[in-house]
Amino acid sequence: MSVFATLLMRDIKLAARSGGSAALALSFFALVATLVPLGVGADLHLLARVAGGVLWVAAVLAALLSLDRLFQGDFEDGSLDVIALSPLPLELTSLAKIAAHWLSTGLPLTVLSPVLALMFNLPPHATAILFVSLLAGTPAVSAIGAIGASLTLSLKRGGLILPLIILPLLSPVVIFGAGAVAATLDGMAAGSALGLLAAFATAAMLLSPFAAAACVRLNLGG
Amino acid sequence: MNWLFRYANPHEFMRLSGAVLPYIAVATALCFAIGLYLGFSVPPDYQQGTTITLMFIHVPADVVAELIYGAIAVCSLLSLVWRHPLSDTAARAAAPFGALFTAVAIITGALWGKPMWGTYWVWDARLTSFLLLFFLYLGYMALWNAIEDETRAARACAILALVGLVDIPIIKFSVDWWSTLHQGESIMSGKIAPVYLAPLLIMMLGYNLLFFTLWMVRIRTAILERRARNLMQQAAS
Repeated sequence: MSVFATLLMRDIKLAARSGGSAALALSFFALVATLVPLGVGADLHLLARVAGGVLWVAAVLAALLSLDRLFQGDFEDGSLDVIALSPLPLELTSLAKIAAHWLSTGLPLTVLSPVLALMFNLPPHATAILFVSLLAGTPAVSAIGAIGASLTLSLKRGGLILPLIILPLLSPVVIFGAGAVAATLDGMAAGSALGLLAAFATAAMLLSPFAAAACVRLNLGG
Repeated sequence: MNWLFRYANPHEFMRLSGAVLPYIAVATALCFAIGLYLGFSVPPDYQQGTTITLMFIHVPADVVAELIYGAIAVCSLLSLVWRHPLSDTAARAAAPFGALFTAVAIITGALWGKPMWGTYWVWDARLTSFLLLFFLYLGYMALWNAIEDETRAARACAILALVGLVDIPIIKFSVDWWSTLHQGESIMSGKIAPVYLAPLLIMMLGYNLLFFTLWMVRIRTAILERRARNLMQQAAS
């Protein structure tokens, strides 16, 4: 387990220090949220109506930014070969990378979201639902994103193909996440949407390390 | 499984597919001729009028577009388990037809939508999930083209196809859920008059045979291409 923890800490430190991909994702998230009112107008009723969907889409796109480097950096400098030789199975390595990606992008995005929701005039009870939905749903983005990252890890232009591959797979996350907020605004219970979202995220986290590990093995020539 | 592996040998496959291909092609043409003739001569529907004819072009494309993903998934599974190159070739050859039939389904759906809903595009659950399916096919094809090493590309794409196979039912379910949340329009009550059933079934068969014919031709072309490349390499060395 200590290998797992070491790998997790290493990846979080890398995300925080080298290039600061976590800070970049946050800025991107805030910037997209700023551009939307500039595009659709400053009508506060309209903004409250679309806030859930806009912030969810922006969060998914922001999480995508750093995904293509999830395995690629380690693959290029050879440390992925060393990690693969460690006693930790590649499935757990993938899980550690997914967890590190979520802790350095998904979690900060979730923490920032109430501030942006405030700027979108989202009522407090809907903001709480948005926060919970991001907390439950962003791990699925990191998990399914890891499959895409491992599929494209040897590609020079992987960053271009990655969104095309994983965004359609991620559509349920956006639907249930934004749907929970929309249901709350319409005075309905958000429980079913949040439940489905949590179920999807759990399944994604359980299954995607296996798919990602298979792709990594394939690229390491195993 | 032995019979399967016999035809998984490229030589056997070329022999068998070359023999049956002309018959399948003629059957496809017959189905389309009869189906389209019947389709254009049905009495107008009391609600949809003459636009009912579009159903015979749209619904079979719908069905085949989904069926092709199933074909790709089966080939991918065969490829991952038994590592047979022919199933990779078959999976790769099927993908553009998947995108094509999905596009046909979306475009004919939109054309049908204009007289029915008064607008080309409504965010109907079926149309929306087909749009997502179209993007899945595009991503799958892009990954095939992006990875240079053919064996690696084949295995990476096989994994992607199986991930998609698990995710597609969830995507469909989520889009249906989304559509009820936003109170989308519901179409297709599910009941169909017998007059319309015959042309629909014939067109359905025709579309399936059309895909099968084109698929065989593409697999044969891919095998011939590989042989030509090998011959050229031998000549060069």
